Amino acid sequence: MKIFQRLVPWILLAIALFILPAALDDFRLNLFGRYFALSITALAIDLIWGYTGLLSLGQGIFFALGGYAVAMNLMLNTKSLAGGNGIPKFFENYGVDQLPFFWQPFWSPVFTLIAMWVIPAAVAGLVGWLIFRNRIKGVYFSIITQAALMVFFHFFNGQQKLFDGTNGLKTSTTELFGQLVGSPDMQVWFYRLTVVLLPLAFLVCRYFTSGRFGDALIAIRDDETRLRFAGFNPVPFKTIVFLVAGALCGISGALYTVQSGIVSPQYMSISFSIEMVIWVAVGGRGTLVGPIIGATLVNYLRSLVSEALPDAWLFVQGALFIFVVVLMPDGIYGWLTNGGFRTFLAAFGIAKKSNTYPQLEKEVVPVD
Amino acid sequence: MSEPLLELNDVSVSFDGFYALTDLSLKLYKGELKSIIGPNGAGKTTFLDVITGKVRPTKGTVTFKGESLLGVSEQRISREGIGRKFQTPRVFENLTVLRNLELSASPVKNAFSLLGSGLPQSSKDEVHRIMNYVGLSPFANVKAGSLSHGQKQWLAIASLVAQAPEVLLLDEPVAGLTDEETLRTAELIKSLAGDHTVVVIEHDMEFIRDLGFDVTVLHQGQVLTEGPLDQVKSDPRVIEVYLGPPEQ
Repeated sequence: MKIFQRLVPWILLAIALFILPAALDDFRLNLFGRYFALSITALAIDLIWGYTGLLSLGQGIFFALGGYAVAMNLMLNTKSLAGGNGIPKFFENYGVDQLPFFWQPFWSPVFTLIAMWVIPAAVAGLVGWLIFRNRIKGVYFSIITQAALMVFFHFFNGQQKLFDGTNGLKTSTTELFGQLVGSPDMQVWFYRLTVVLLPLAFLVCRYFTSGRFGDALIAIRDDETRLRFAGFNPVPFKTIVFLVAGALCGISGALYTVQSGIVSPQYMSISFSIEMVIWVAVGGRGTLVGPIIGATLVNYLRSLVSEALPDAWLFVQGALFIFVVVLMPDGIYGWLTNGGFRTFLAAFGIAKKSNTYPQLEKEVVPVD
Repeated sequence: MSEPLLELNDVSVSFDGFYALTDLSLKLYKGELKSIIGPNGAGKTTFLDVITGKVRPTKGTVTFKGESLLGVSEQRISREGIGRKFQTPRVFENLTVLRNLELSASPVKNAFSLLGSGLPQSSKDEVHRIMNYVGLSPFANVKAGSLSHGQKQWLAIASLVAQAPEVLLLDEPVAGLTDEETLRTAELIKSLAGDHTVVVIEHDMEFIRDLGFDVTVLHQGQVLTEGPLDQVKSDPRVIEVYLGPPEQ
């Protein structure tokens, strides 16, 4: 049994790498690639929310920054999309004939590969540090992250001359290694890349949540003030995990962008960032397996429901969230590992009750 | 006598015009053991808040080893060697008893060094010694949140001891404990005497008597009187504001 447990992750990885590509058609496989990409974001949110108690409603910022980084590089390096000046064609629509200065470094694939996680990490680190050092906590932290998200959304949405505004940057028609990014062959490679990066993200999160650093994170979640009186400064801890989560979201956004074929300011919409939190809540926060289950399952469900009943998804999502909050406060994974079906019965008052003091039960013997 | 270890000079704390402490002056010498009593609202907890950096005094100075503590962060003050146990037992509920103690005992408090290194063996030994002493060893791997109130009190005190501060400030260490646990807590605190400077805030007079420390009575943010317990107990002002007339 022990050996079996140790093998489970490898079996899952093998299924994802070899069986799913064989069993699913290109379209489905691509969808699973997206779910796994989103799972990385869910892991990041679990790191900051599930473990450290920082409920960020602005992870879309970092997700989109990663996506924009990779999309800018792809657009620049695609000859067929270049306009008169050798810069992406959409610039012509707005009368821009000079590439904006910050696009310049994105000619380089090496720079892009670094920027797609370093830029979100830097933004997260800076924003986080400013918030945490001012001891802004709880609901106020959530509100500020959401406000920051709105700032970024409106900036990217309004700046047509810089990012093509609300249209976003389309990556499916760009080329990489001489092939269309949207072609089935490329998509299979992106799928494989995602399947390899997801376990790595898992290991990164495990590195930060296990050991004494992880203990300190849980201590921050439980009672941050108390931790200060034990001599720890919580600010660096929180800044580090928020920065790491930003980096993971950036990578996740880049992977999602190349597989969905577009990055647009919609990735920074308020509802999308809240959905990310829902995936984690559904899967089970405070565990590292839960968010992956949550992100994959909720998004798979979303695809299925949207195909069958196009208008019903939001209702289903809302119902799912309420269902989980009421009946599975620890999410699906927490529910499975902690009682399972019995907890449902208990919620409706039909589970067999156990005595507070089971040993007393034995002593109550009928007199005659 | 030598320089005081901790000195409060004319400290006032006002919350929107309400004075929790008014011109409080108090000196603590190295190795001194002190109990502080007083009616509710006398400013006992605020007194600890001022020392540990949680509340900044409106007026006055606080010095530790000759250096001002005003405007110094809580974590810095804690690292300087002033440890505090809160009125309600505050423990990290989702960490096990062992992890709670190990976190407090950690000699390095820096985020980056926590990532790489484990706890040094000497600290581990110390944690086990303390855990044995307070009788929490059987619960080493139990989450602190599922302990009983008394056990949480003990864990909170044990965490403070594991932190190895020079000055221990204990806010109601025996609230909600049974008589036997109270006795044991008194023993534990007395065993710390010597190297440590200890301040205990309590309402439990039996416990104060057990400790045998000198008593300071706070009333309306000021020191009402100081001295051995018996002397303080017979002080008519103390009887009037706090103890009430002795039972016949």
